[in-house]
Amino acid sequence: MTSELEFFLDPSRCIGCQACVQACAECGTHRGHSMIHLDYVHRPTGVQTAPVVCMHCEDPTCARVCPADAIKQDDEGIVHSAAKPRCVACSNCVLACPFGVPKMKVEFDLMMKCDMCYDRTSVGKKPMCATVCPSGALYYGPRDYVEKFRRETPVNEFRFGRETVRTKVNMMTAPQMKALPFDVLDFLPWEGQDFDPLSLARAGAPDAAGSAVWDEESLPSSCGSGNCACKQQPEVEEAIAN
Amino acid sequence: MATLTITESRYTELYGPTPNYTPAGGWDSGEPDKLVKTHCCFCGVQCGIQLKVKDNKVIGFEPWEEFPVNQGKLCPKGVKRYMQNDHPDRLLTPLIRSATGFDVASWEKSLTKTVAAIQSIQAKHGKDSFAFLGGASMTNEKAYLNGKFARIALQTANIDYNGRLCMVSAGAANRMAFGVDRAANPWSDIPLAKVIILTGTNLAECFPILTDYIWRARDNGAKIIVIDPRITPIARTADLFLPVRPGRDSALANCILHVMIERGWVDEKFIAEHTHDFDKVRELVKKYTPPVTEKITGVPAKSILAAAEAWGTAETSMLLHARGIEHHTKGVENVLTYINLVLASGRIGKPGCGYGTITGQGNGQGGREHGQRCNQLPGGRDINKPEHRQFIADFWKIPEPELPKQGLTACEIIDAIERGEIKGLLSISFNPLVSIPDSNRTRAALDKLEFFACIDPFLSETARHADVVFAGSLQEEDEGTVTTGEGRCVRLRNSVSPPGNARVDWQIICDLARRLGKAQWFSYGNAGEIFTELTAASKGGPIDYSGMTYEKIEQNMGVFWPCPAPEHPGTPRLFEGGKFHHPDGKAKFHAYEYRPPAEDVDAEFPIFFTSGRVVSQYLSGTQTRRIGSLVDQYPEPLCELHPLLAAKLGIADRDLLKVTTRRGEMTLPAQVVKSIRPDTIFIPYHWAGKKAANQLTNRVLDPISKIPEFKVCACKVEKFADAPGRNLITK
Repeated sequence: MTSELEFFLDPSRCIGCQACVQACAECGTHRGHSMIHLDYVHRPTGVQTAPVVCMHCEDPTCARVCPADAIKQDDEGIVHSAAKPRCVACSNCVLACPFGVPKMKVEFDLMMKCDMCYDRTSVGKKPMCATVCPSGALYYGPRDYVEKFRRETPVNEFRFGRETVRTKVNMMTAPQMKALPFDVLDFLPWEGQDFDPLSLARAGAPDAAGSAVWDEESLPSSCGSGNCACKQQPEVEEAIAN
Repeated sequence: MATLTITESRYTELYGPTPNYTPAGGWDSGEPDKLVKTHCCFCGVQCGIQLKVKDNKVIGFEPWEEFPVNQGKLCPKGVKRYMQNDHPDRLLTPLIRSATGFDVASWEKSLTKTVAAIQSIQAKHGKDSFAFLGGASMTNEKAYLNGKFARIALQTANIDYNGRLCMVSAGAANRMAFGVDRAANPWSDIPLAKVIILTGTNLAECFPILTDYIWRARDNGAKIIVIDPRITPIARTADLFLPVRPGRDSALANCILHVMIERGWVDEKFIAEHTHDFDKVRELVKKYTPPVTEKITGVPAKSILAAAEAWGTAETSMLLHARGIEHHTKGVENVLTYINLVLASGRIGKPGCGYGTITGQGNGQGGREHGQRCNQLPGGRDINKPEHRQFIADFWKIPEPELPKQGLTACEIIDAIERGEIKGLLSISFNPLVSIPDSNRTRAALDKLEFFACIDPFLSETARHADVVFAGSLQEEDEGTVTTGEGRCVRLRNSVSPPGNARVDWQIICDLARRLGKAQWFSYGNAGEIFTELTAASKGGPIDYSGMTYEKIEQNMGVFWPCPAPEHPGTPRLFEGGKFHHPDGKAKFHAYEYRPPAEDVDAEFPIFFTSGRVVSQYLSGTQTRRIGSLVDQYPEPLCELHPLLAAKLGIADRDLLKVTTRRGEMTLPAQVVKSIRPDTIFIPYHWAGKKAANQLTNRVLDPISKIPEFKVCACKVEKFADAPGRNLITK
């Protein structure tokens, strides 16, 4: 592995396209099985998605709780899937991982998880997911690049109660900002309002929103832009030529 | 009569779509024989990709990180695009329709039958009674060949292509405003922009690779403004989101310009020196005040003001749009009103300053340049201009009067089949049964054809109606060039030869031409010879490729047109120095009044309907509905609706809904989400038959571009159990 390249995970860039999920299955040793997780945070309220790769902990909890000593960490710090001859499919690792990464593949009686495409990274290539990711949510490259070009800050230390977990993979956190960024929901006129979704529907309306609006008497006389000269609301013209 | 002879489900059993999950040779096929540097077959980004080939089969892919546009990045479609060449549904021989669906046929028999049908129909009903439909997923070489085949071999005026459903509003508007139809800037300008307007583009799902360009701009401090009825993945973290009501785009753009003018945020010097007709626009937009426009568009006035301020005062900026503003009966007008914002800012033709359209189809750009459109000749020439006609007639060595005149556009061809005026059809790479609005009418029209032939690698739902199906080629089974959404002509490499008895598309076309007695015009030894002819035909035209060769394209990782001479490096950025492509070098403003969509909501159909795409499917799904892991990602259409609307209608998530318009109805599950306007529902369109969103859409056309109004019509929504006549079934 090229040690100067690191993995950076930034859910704020994720578009949920699942290129990572599809590509993970294509890694030589994964043979059609995807190890990366990608889920909507809560689809009913929005389109935010979060990709999760193995964070490759310095002191991996999954390996510590394994009763069969089936989970090994190599010299590069990569924590591997359970070794087939040893794994007893007990799911201790699945329950213990603070990031929810290992999954029990019942069809193989084996815990399988992200191995950062060991067959690729060990020969100097990038992991499949971070190579194809079209949004940069999964990035594998030099720390310099991230520090120079990204607004967010990488962290690789996580506190779960009194336990601190240090990981090989970095999570990008919100940039230092003076003010909170806008929320898209701020721009939706129906949020928190008594909004009737069928308000424009009425019998015989050729253009419920458009044609009535010009002669509305209650409209303010200026456009509200501050220094606007316009006063009148001209009549709507009929469909243009051409 | 091109009617079905067996049930739809029997066609599916025999010809798919079958979801394929396993690569050729399985997951342990070992080392490939070769890695072929080529491009993805899907959208207009045309990502570089390396295909793994073993024993003349595509067995996998490897990212191609050196290709500068995508640098190894891919979307899920690109990752799995390799799974088609050894697919169980792949057509391996020609087919002729029979009582049991199709019989396997020889090339001799199917070519003879087709040529006999063409000749008999044309003898009886005239040359124009036989039409040709092409596609924009094919190479530049095939786009050129299709046009030449229709004009010289079929001698029909009626040739058009499925880009008529895609890029034509943008194309027409670009020509009207700038005098040329191409994205103004290379995408490398996007990260340099300080303000980006994305209007009517679900960029993260339809053009995923550009997401990284947008995010890099944001890393540089850019403000992102998204205008869309839905909170798409690219809108989620926008600085400003304008949730426009479907069909109101030109009003919104006119209002933004209104505010820019009032506040003095226009570049009067640029306007005076480099444009025409600003005064007409200045006059027109006076009445588009923010309060009035809020009423029309449903966008809060304060958001419009904020957008105008951000755009008006920007240092550098890019405006990008896609089908969201183009798929309208005023598609061209919508685009022109947004172009007005760009021209008024004066920020175009400079690094980080400009404009572009997002091309949905693989060769959405090149497919519309080389003469497979009813109104166009090679080199982007106009079929109605005498000097352009003469140039091409001389180039092809035919008398000018023999060159057919302008014919019908794609939807009009289907209409003419319905009216019985067009009797025969040859179609390649086009699945109108899924992709044209009002699919019940499209199906009835296909049934009326006296003869119908298709050239396709898979049997699409439309091809089920064919009398003859020629087993054609996939992109990876041929070679050639495509021109990407930024105007970069890139080289596709032949990875494998077509499987079984299938043949390369252009050879099939040439064979038909030879049998129609036109051998001397169609004696190509390889795709490269077609390219050489295409570039020569484009010389001196509005779209000039004459300085390009395959070698030059490969060496430079693509060449941007215009490239009018061998030593010319190509033109990544247009309009530098404020020089536009109209004869006087100036751009034109266009003053278009907002007008309502062809069908608006009323008491009977009170909800806006809009359609679009999902990230895991491509166009009519002829290819992507056969790739198992893409099917699993979004298996069937869902109807997105807002919880406010759902509550009003008594609908819960995953309830079965009946959605009805004046054209048809469909039943599908609800997806109740806050990421859509409460007065609007959305259904993606990639599926066929009873799952086709285009059963509902409205086949009314833009008067200039003839694009249909996919993006807005009126519908009603009912819980399936409550729908009239359904109680008997469910009780």
